[in-house]
Amino acid sequence: MLKNLTIGQHYPVESKIHDLDPRVKIMVTLIFIVSLFLINKFQAYLLVFVFLGLVIKMSHVPLKMVIRGLKPILIIIGITFVINLFMTPGEVLYQIGPLDITREGIRQAGFMALRLVLLIMGTSMLTLTTSPILLTDGIESLLNPYKRIGLPAHELAMMMTIALRFIPTLMEETEKIMKAQKARGADFESGNIVRRAKSLVPLLVPLFVSAFRRADELAMAMEARCYRGGEHRTRMRALLMVRGDYLALLITFIYVGAIVGSRLIQI
Amino acid sequence: MSIKIEQLSFYYGQGTPFETKALVDITMEIKRGDFVGIIGQTGSGKSTLIQHFNGLILPEAGTVYIDGTNIKDKKVKLKLIRQKVGLVFQYPEYQLFEETVFKDVAYGPINLALDELEVERRVKYALELVGFDYSSVKDKSPFDLSGGQKRRVAIAGVLAMKPDYLVLDEPTAGLDPSGRNKLLNTIKKLHENNITIILVSHSMEDIARLADYIYVMYQGRIHMQGTPHEIYKDSEELKRIGLGVPQVVDIMKALKARGMNVDTDKLTIEGATEEILRVLRSKKDA
Repeated sequence: MLKNLTIGQHYPVESKIHDLDPRVKIMVTLIFIVSLFLINKFQAYLLVFVFLGLVIKMSHVPLKMVIRGLKPILIIIGITFVINLFMTPGEVLYQIGPLDITREGIRQAGFMALRLVLLIMGTSMLTLTTSPILLTDGIESLLNPYKRIGLPAHELAMMMTIALRFIPTLMEETEKIMKAQKARGADFESGNIVRRAKSLVPLLVPLFVSAFRRADELAMAMEARCYRGGEHRTRMRALLMVRGDYLALLITFIYVGAIVGSRLIQI
Repeated sequence: MSIKIEQLSFYYGQGTPFETKALVDITMEIKRGDFVGIIGQTGSGKSTLIQHFNGLILPEAGTVYIDGTNIKDKKVKLKLIRQKVGLVFQYPEYQLFEETVFKDVAYGPINLALDELEVERRVKYALELVGFDYSSVKDKSPFDLSGGQKRRVAIAGVLAMKPDYLVLDEPTAGLDPSGRNKLLNTIKKLHENNITIILVSHSMEDIARLADYIYVMYQGRIHMQGTPHEIYKDSEELKRIGLGVPQVVDIMKALKARGMNVDTDKLTIEGATEEILRVLRSKKDA
């Protein structure tokens, strides 16, 4: 049940996008998110489609995988759509009881839903094409300048790496404990919400116990190998910008320029 | 009255490129009162097989009958099947969660909706069966116990459901020799208390000592089956599929090869000691 989680899932194939510097990919993703909020007309989405389509095509990640990432947030998209549909004042088209559907509502709802879908697809391209380790390396390197104002960049990145590393382990553990308690007659599926919440105690307590045990063991193992935090630590793979990375940034800037331009043009 | 399995097969990730056969065409019957051992390498399908015994996995191909009921039947209450077939997973101490030993062992019986008096009786029964003094242990926190004790509490948690069959997956893994001996003796005692035991392990020593009948699993199939004597005769084959024979068997065979006229059928250290002494004595007499 927990296995089809695509956000944060790496799809390891060879491609130009996979090879990009993670810092570039993070920046491009941030710029992409901002660009989505700069858009003020439907026609401009065409630019986004072209840009995102190009990235997906070049990444060799099957479109199905990208779309699968939308599943967990379908409800949120649905709610956003419905709220916008009914709550936007304007020219009334239909009436369902006390609720009005307006022309502006339909436009707004479609606009917002599309924005969310593209947002998720765009950000999942980052995680699909970047291994978690590289991703945290990139974040650490991008946060480094803020160290001067007291931001523990290395520690944050290390915490993220460890958290990501333990997601599959803890999922496996959850499944194991669930089975063990089921063998003792546990029932996680039926009953009202209070009963179901209560039935999770036999699952959560052992899970926390084992998480703490693992944390302890890991800390010990790291210390045994002289880990002392970020000071003077060298890396096995130093991040290096190459021509392709600059090219990717250039294309992104052109894309944003076009989006900004589209705001100025009246169609 | 038995656990009967007919042509059971199971695939992980069916329909994907990662499809792997976990079980292929398994047919077996475990009768009430048996003491059965299931041996196999890691990944041979043992754990998948035993999860079929109590309906944690429902058979996709093939049938599983528990005392004559097909567990895939829609009318079957899986809770009752799970009461009948107790399953103790590997490292069961990781499933402990309550504040006191009593509460933890009572979890199973309470899930069976038994009344308070019966729950208490069962907890006492189970804790004593695994060798605890009921009154001194029941109010302790399970997290304060030693590793071996925790494991016995966890086993008591399953025994408190009064299963007719008890499946134990690698029960001695990670225990020190004395904890291991204690636990194996406990398991023997459970069998004497009319509980059918299915012991899963890759340790030949444990299984040779206790089981009456052995299934050897290899790549999802039942590769060999028979009494311990029959199984250990073919030590070459066992070694080929990555299992060993008990050290005792190896030693006796080596002695025989060196010309000592011993009976190589001895499976326990005690039996082998006696046999070697017998041969030595007869030599002296001659």
